[in-house]
Amino acid sequence: MKSEFTLKLERCKGCGICVAFCPKQVLALDKLGKVYVANHENCIACGQCELRCPDYAIFMDKVKEAAK
Amino acid sequence: MIERSYEKFFRQNRLPHLWCPGCGNGIGMKAIVQAIEKKSGWTQDNTVIVSGIGCSSRASGYMDFDTLHTAHGRAIPFATGIKLANPELNVVVITGDGDCTAIGGNHFIHGCRRNIDLTVVLFNNNIYGMTGGQASPTTPLGKKATTAPYGSVDRPFDACKLAEAAGATYVARSTAFHVQHLTKMIEDGMDNKGFSFIEALVQCPTAYGRRNKIGEPAKMMAWMRDNAVMKNAWDKLPDEKKLEEKFPIGLLYKSEAEDYDTAYSHVIEIAGGAAK
Repeated sequence: MKSEFTLKLERCKGCGICVAFCPKQVLALDKLGKVYVANHENCIACGQCELRCPDYAIFMDKVKEAAK
Repeated sequence: MIERSYEKFFRQNRLPHLWCPGCGNGIGMKAIVQAIEKKSGWTQDNTVIVSGIGCSSRASGYMDFDTLHTAHGRAIPFATGIKLANPELNVVVITGDGDCTAIGGNHFIHGCRRNIDLTVVLFNNNIYGMTGGQASPTTPLGKKATTAPYGSVDRPFDACKLAEAAGATYVARSTAFHVQHLTKMIEDGMDNKGFSFIEALVQCPTAYGRRNKIGEPAKMMAWMRDNAVMKNAWDKLPDEKKLEEKFPIGLLYKSEAEDYDTAYSHVIEIAGGAAK
């Protein structure tokens, strides 16, 4: 994984901005309309989700992958 | 997770904020605190946030500075008072399109004319969101509002041109989509000694987007992405390509003029000096 997500779900209102602007369809909304990480392996750690979240609910930190 | 450094500028016990899901005001507010964070010498103790009334103006309640939530349209006069009483303070005004260009229209142009050292950030969502979606002075022609069910027939203001004509010395525009650009525009505005005006286009999915059938918040932001043209590219664009929906973003105007604090200090000097 290239990234580590921190979700402050009490802040998330499920507007779907992070889901729509994610270039790799990593994120999705659950039944209650809150964001969750659906395809973590596709994440390229671009940070667009955090950048445009109007509720400061999603945080993405880059993670250095362990050498294989 | 590393705690984000800008979080200290928010009143944590007030979050989550009350703006609708997908509202662009949250993005604008974060851009402002990030711009303040980048300014050396700007602290929570010497920065004052002043706002008027409206959705946008709720921002002052969430920001952990000395804040003032004032009367409708009167944010700039309050800010003028603060700045004149203590010119050392950094004063940022957060206002909305209705607040700034309708009820506060006169205060706005006279603030520009005086060139008082304020940074005014206008959150333009093209509608009166808080009161239920009435047409504002920036509602585009033909767009629907509760007071314009067949589409607005009033020609909208271009707030940036208005500020420029009224005498502001720094005029810029950006959008909620271009977050980093917006932060940069606000930051540069804070550097300007004089009246700095930054128009931030934000989406209002509830009152404006839904009534005009634009769709979800992300679609409104995609519209900003597709129609905003950087100033340099805009200047080279032939007139026939400046289609109705396209608009320029970036630094639109900059000039040099004496700011109001300096001008007023001359008066104090001539009149015999303020009591020490």
